[in-house]
Amino acid sequence: MPAVEVDRLVVRYGSLVAVDGITFDADFGEVVALLGPNGAGKTTTVETLEGFRRADAGRVRILGLDPWSDHTKLTPRVGVLLQRGGIYPIMSAERAVRLFGAYYEDPRDPDELIDLVGLGSVARTPYKRLSGGEQQRLALALALIGKPRVAFLDEPTAGVDPAGRIAVRDVVVALRTGGVCVILTSHELDEVQRLADRVVIVDHGRVVAAGRQGELQGGSEELRFAAEPGLAIGDLSARLGARVTEGPPGEYLVPAPPVPALVAELAAWLAERDLQLGDLRAGRQRLEDVFLKLTGPGVAGAADGSSGRTSPASKRPSRRGRTRR
Amino acid sequence: MRLRALRAQVAAETRMTLERGETLLVTLGIPVVLLVFFTLVPVLPTGSRHRVDFLAPGVLALAVMSTAMVSLGIATAFERSYGVLKRLGATPLGRPVLLTAKIVSVVVVEIIQVVLLVGVALALGWRPHPSAGLAVIAVLMATIAFAGIGLAMAGALRAEVTLAVANGVYVILLLIGGVIFPLHELGGLASFARLFPTAALSDLLHTTLGSGPSATEAWVVLALWAVAAPVVAALTFKWE
Repeated sequence: MPAVEVDRLVVRYGSLVAVDGITFDADFGEVVALLGPNGAGKTTTVETLEGFRRADAGRVRILGLDPWSDHTKLTPRVGVLLQRGGIYPIMSAERAVRLFGAYYEDPRDPDELIDLVGLGSVARTPYKRLSGGEQQRLALALALIGKPRVAFLDEPTAGVDPAGRIAVRDVVVALRTGGVCVILTSHELDEVQRLADRVVIVDHGRVVAAGRQGELQGGSEELRFAAEPGLAIGDLSARLGARVTEGPPGEYLVPAPPVPALVAELAAWLAERDLQLGDLRAGRQRLEDVFLKLTGPGVAGAADGSSGRTSPASKRPSRRGRTRR
Repeated sequence: MRLRALRAQVAAETRMTLERGETLLVTLGIPVVLLVFFTLVPVLPTGSRHRVDFLAPGVLALAVMSTAMVSLGIATAFERSYGVLKRLGATPLGRPVLLTAKIVSVVVVEIIQVVLLVGVALALGWRPHPSAGLAVIAVLMATIAFAGIGLAMAGALRAEVTLAVANGVYVILLLIGGVIFPLHELGGLASFARLFPTAALSDLLHTTLGSGPSATEAWVVLALWAVAAPVVAALTFKWE
């Protein structure tokens, strides 16, 4: 039995379908990331798994139980980090961790936990006076105080400074080593690449791709290069034995395994014509390319690493607009 | 285990209540100031009775309202807007224990208020003739009624709106609740004022701590509020 099973989950807010048939599962000792742009349905999915929302259709099981109807059986064994807030503003980390510890049968040691998330020096500072990253790390500590078997971390590194990110990463690795099933969401590709064993890419409430990072990125073996626009593609294709295409002007794709022989042929062909080679990328795509290809506004932009970078930041309308009031 | 969670939650709720300056002002500061000021300064139409004999029961009623309605309502509203209630819903604490903790915490603060206010009133010359049992029953019924009103606001309105409405209602019910102005001095307003739990409670405290038979009407009004307000709160409360 997997720790988390999601089978054709559908969640609606009135007429708006926020989650439209998402399926995935996760095992103990595994970190699975839901990756997607804002408004993709990640938080709605996670909040359904946490028992805050009821599935309109499909099946959801956490530790074999229904998070909605068996909520009270699950709360002792599930850790939750909300996307934001959730902590008394005037309460210090020290008091919050001790209070939450009292809710659980066999909690972790509060002081150890505070040190683990790196809040030792601000343990007595009220929550409202902590930095965004410190607040998020306290929320992470509260998610772990009850020694959960499954942890849901909604955007655990959002607004967290670099030192905090390392702390969060270390904690996630420790959870995995300890056999905890970790489900996290993120719209930040770098974090997902560092943290997750498996990635489920979500857009418009649907899974657009899922797999181990290697699987997702290994799918297309190809060679990309840049040179001056308008090359004689037909001639080059014949030389390389593959159908070369020009995407945006000056950017070319060779759909063939990027073995050294192929690169040598390409270099020779360009040299014979005295052409400059602007950029050369071989082998696996980065997850970012996969992500942008699948969820981005257009494939063309995704081919360009530099312009593609702006996409995660250019957020869609906030998901706040679609939460139930 | 449940008991450990309840104890921790009561301690946390009570401590946060007592740490908030504005809460202390409304739960302890204002009642004490009203009691002392209007006892020492003869501006109120309290008739032949000693001023403190009238003021002490009324101010006790005000204290119950300030804690059970204003302080509880505003604190809960902000906890809702900060996502605290939502987050607690994902812990094994559970809503029944959380609600119990809040009510127990209100009672703890009320005990502090009663000790302080009764002490001040006795020092000012108050000579009560208490039917303490009935007074305690009236206070508990009023606590449930006011808590219901406070939570109904907290669960339906935005935090800032709850803040404004709770304070507004507090001031109005202070004026027409038999707290500092005797109800019979309110003229035509009196029968309207008697529909509210503040007037009912101050009425019952005046009679159970002073003299005269307590009015059946006041018991009925208080009982109705103690049933209706929590029911409305339970039906309309939105946790996030």
